Amino acid sequence: MDLMTEITIFVLAAFVGFEVISKVPTTLHTPLMSQTNAIHGIIMLGGLIVIGSADGTLDKAIGFVAIAFGAINIVGGFLVTDRMLGMFRGRDRKTKQEEPAAVTPSEAGGEAGQ
Amino acid sequence: MTLVPIVGALNPDDDIVTVAYIAAFSLFIFGIRQGTHPSTARRGNMIAAVGMAIAVATTLALDVIGNGVLILLAILVGSLIGVVASYRVQMTAMPQMVALYNGVGGGAAALIAWAEFRHLTEHGGGIELEVFVPILFSTVIGSVSFWGSNIAFGKLQELIPSRPILLPGQHIFNGLLLVAILVGCVMLGIDNESPPQGLYIAVLLGAVLLGNLFVLPIGGADMPVVISLLNAFTGLAAAAAGFALDNVALIVGGTLVGSSGTILTLEMSRAMNRSIANLLFSGFGAAAAGAGEMEERPVTSIGPQDAAIKLGYADSVVFVPGYGMAVAQAQHAVKELADELQKRGVDVSFAIHPVAGRMPGHMNVLLAEADVPYEQLKEMDEINPEMPRTDVAVVIGANDVTNPAAKNDPDSPIAGMPIIEVDQAQQVIVIKRSLSPGFAGIDNELFYLENTSMLFSDAKGAASEIAAEVENL
Repeated sequence: MDLMTEITIFVLAAFVGFEVISKVPTTLHTPLMSQTNAIHGIIMLGGLIVIGSADGTLDKAIGFVAIAFGAINIVGGFLVTDRMLGMFRGRDRKTKQEEPAAVTPSEAGGEAGQ
Repeated sequence: MTLVPIVGALNPDDDIVTVAYIAAFSLFIFGIRQGTHPSTARRGNMIAAVGMAIAVATTLALDVIGNGVLILLAILVGSLIGVVASYRVQMTAMPQMVALYNGVGGGAAALIAWAEFRHLTEHGGGIELEVFVPILFSTVIGSVSFWGSNIAFGKLQELIPSRPILLPGQHIFNGLLLVAILVGCVMLGIDNESPPQGLYIAVLLGAVLLGNLFVLPIGGADMPVVISLLNAFTGLAAAAAGFALDNVALIVGGTLVGSSGTILTLEMSRAMNRSIANLLFSGFGAAAAGAGEMEERPVTSIGPQDAAIKLGYADSVVFVPGYGMAVAQAQHAVKELADELQKRGVDVSFAIHPVAGRMPGHMNVLLAEADVPYEQLKEMDEINPEMPRTDVAVVIGANDVTNPAAKNDPDSPIAGMPIIEVDQAQQVIVIKRSLSPGFAGIDNELFYLENTSMLFSDAKGAASEIAAEVENL
């Protein structure tokens, strides 16, 4: 892709980001941050690409750590956001939702729960 | 090594790859869009996760992918850490967790930039500037983000003192260091036909040092700004890596995070009425310890029983939580008290200052954890007009954000900062261990007002005791 196309995408993405994110209410700012943590885990793609051309031990180690870091971001970020958002309840939905597992999110297969 | 049959099937320039990446970032945007309301946010998060799965699966299928066993192992290790961390972390510790996640992402971006630099210069080759500039950006910003976030984590976890640590001349040194890093980058850029490895490493190390030094002088209560800013840095470092690697998913994903972090940073600085430069460079609160000349002034002190009577017979009560509530893990006890009051027909709401706690939205998550319905959580602008009609405002572990000096005293260090106007309420109860000043290091005028009663206790104990007394009314 040529540089100008990439810059176009960058600028448009910045505007879209500003538009969408400025509508997120303060109540949800902490989950927003942890969700964006997960989204910048997209950096893992970079790790996947660079480790392909890695021959030496150092290069492999760098790629390995980068991929592991990215995976921490993606998995940890989405899971903790899900856990948090599961706690946000409105008045009417509150009583209905109280019986099934109050703290642990039902998704994610229950490993390591509470 | 082909672990999965499809590994090596796709060329990065294939249209199908770009289409998959477009699908992925569209799902990110849609997912964040769903995050604008608590009732849809959880689904939005899952939608964004599906987008991520598509992006990762597509990349794994590229023919440039090698070292499959290492990849699998790295993903496994990272995922395991992520799963355990996300289930173990307490909601009060979310700021630390987000700081770590910011750092890890920034670190990954810097490492990838370093690997790409090593790869391109392997055989004494040069690097085109349109690749080299993003590599350098990602190296510097990613390293600053990684090390800055580690310091922020250390401060929030209280592994290192959370007060500002400001060495003499540190700002000048930081400034010179930044200039040196920029000069190094320019020299590398000029020499892009055969960039010297040593200079690149020097730039990398300079950024490492800068990351550490730039967060050390920032105090605990200013952490909401630091975390937001580092979030933006990490996003931009990822976007830069996307430019270097020609990867559109990285560019868009990173840019979205960059926007988010930037918005939050601006919002935090507005909520403190301080410029970003002032927040980052003033060492605010560093001098506070020396302010010992506060005169003794009388305050009204009450016990849990009196507080219960005031609250139990009120029509409307507003709780104003702050970082102290998080420290004392008092959110459940506070919710208990709120329930007791509601049983008696008292109208209860929670007023949340934008910078209460250690990260944006920190209090909201704690109260959500304690099962407080989100309709009861009120923003500052929403609650302030209600204050004069409020019978009792209860301040729990908040201090500077309720100090009327911000409005009344133009010489106050926090002058002009928007506050929750509890002084306008009919009565105020402040639950606090002592009269010690808050982060800004100044006396809180609120404590000495005629309609203010101080309840000297730890937040959790006090809330449970008052709840028990209300029950017995």
